[in-house]
Amino acid sequence: MSGVDVVNQAYADGLAAGQLLLQRCADCGRHQFYPRIACSHCTGSKLNWVRAAGGGQIASFTVVRRGVSADFTAPYVVALVDLDEGVRMMTHIVDADPAQLEIGMPVSLDFQQVAVSSGSQPVFRLAAP
Amino acid sequence: MLTLSDIAIVGSYETQLGVVPDRGPMALGVEATLGAIADAGLKPAAVDGLITCNSLVAPVMYHAEATAEYAGMAPGHCLSVGTGGGTTFTALRYAAAAIQTGLAHTVVVSMADSMRSFMTRERAMVVQSSSGHALYEQPYGPTVPAYYALIARAHMDAFGTTESQFAEAMVSSRAWAALNPSAQYRERVSVADVLASKPIADPLKLLDCSIVSDGGAAVVLTSLDRARDLPHAPVVLRGYGEGHHYEHISQAPSLIASAAADSGRAALAQAGLHARDIGLAQLYDCFSPALLIQLEDLGFCAKGEGGDYLASGAIRPGGALAVNTHGGMLSHCHPGNPGAMFGVTEAIRQYRGGAGERQLHDLEHTLLHAQGGIMSSHATLILGRPR
Repeated sequence: MSGVDVVNQAYADGLAAGQLLLQRCADCGRHQFYPRIACSHCTGSKLNWVRAAGGGQIASFTVVRRGVSADFTAPYVVALVDLDEGVRMMTHIVDADPAQLEIGMPVSLDFQQVAVSSGSQPVFRLAAP
Repeated sequence: MLTLSDIAIVGSYETQLGVVPDRGPMALGVEATLGAIADAGLKPAAVDGLITCNSLVAPVMYHAEATAEYAGMAPGHCLSVGTGGGTTFTALRYAAAAIQTGLAHTVVVSMADSMRSFMTRERAMVVQSSSGHALYEQPYGPTVPAYYALIARAHMDAFGTTESQFAEAMVSSRAWAALNPSAQYRERVSVADVLASKPIADPLKLLDCSIVSDGGAAVVLTSLDRARDLPHAPVVLRGYGEGHHYEHISQAPSLIASAAADSGRAALAQAGLHARDIGLAQLYDCFSPALLIQLEDLGFCAKGEGGDYLASGAIRPGGALAVNTHGGMLSHCHPGNPGAMFGVTEAIRQYRGGAGERQLHDLEHTLLHAQGGIMSSHATLILGRPR
């Protein structure tokens, strides 16, 4: 990543340590993702980094049949996942039969390389029943 | 100060469009600019404002100024907007505001690009998907169809909307395009054809997606007083609204209801109209779910009933509501950012009675809607005849 500022660097450092970091506002107590310099709920600036517990559910998903570039091997499942902390993020659902996926299914956090040329990213897999 | 309905569109021009390998984006933009000025019965020197949108294929730092220079014009005001989509009608609104306030008297809004012939398919995929967040979305390889597929899936889950209902967007689009000699794709298709087309990003297939084109279009705006001396019957701006709830799809407060509801409500209120008063709706049909959700959010059917509304044939020729009579971005022309401009030039053609086999009769009120990002940024414009 080029031109990464201090907020995004802190997130990237967490990722390198195998952690998905969220920001929690000391003023209003709410979480936010993506990381910012101010709370998007209350504009508070006292933001603490917390580790995502790892649970969530599928808000929507799509099976990409034609990859965006040679860096991605289709098919792959791009999803929006609502974390238990109340934030939503784009991610992949991995190791699942796309035909079995449904909105609302519980998922759990993992880390995996999703593009040929990039490092490990937060991904999700269907939670064990 | 003049009111919005004192501002008229007096010139309109579309370049050759579809596959145009012999003219690049700047040449098309200049052709559109000069063509619209000539259509208005004016000389370039009479234009004192030029608003253009930058090219994705060949961006330049001072796009409007470069367009003016190429055209041999020296307008007193130049403004380049960075994107198309909803910005298309935002540019028209600011042009009108400039005339209302006396900043300028006659303003051209001109947009053109050449995604089809001057950019490789691979490069176009990457450029378009770069609307995703660079750090928190793009690392997952989303494509533009994938963004809209997330919306389609959410709508299916919430309301039971089906892939066959989404497919009707292209069926209706091609039925209109078959009546338009300038449309890039004119072959009629069936729901079965759409369902059998190549999977792109489930549940969207190739024929749920807009086309890739070359082309440009421009319009000339001036005051209604000046318009009275010009050759064409003026079409005036009656209402305008915007709505912006987010930029990146992962930040959307809702995947199934958009800020089109805000922009549509504001535009209709300013015009003193209701959705049922609209005779022509020129909507932003970049993907079938975008069209379906706009039909709901703009009030043409109830939230959640967009699938049934489409499947009823409501927007086919002869249906309850004329939508994208030129064929829209699904069939007519979608060069990138300028796509919504053809909704304007087609509306002007309809008002002038020049739409051939697809001519609407007794057209009074037109609603134009465009959105940018991923159902993110919305603008609605109402056109009508002068009172």
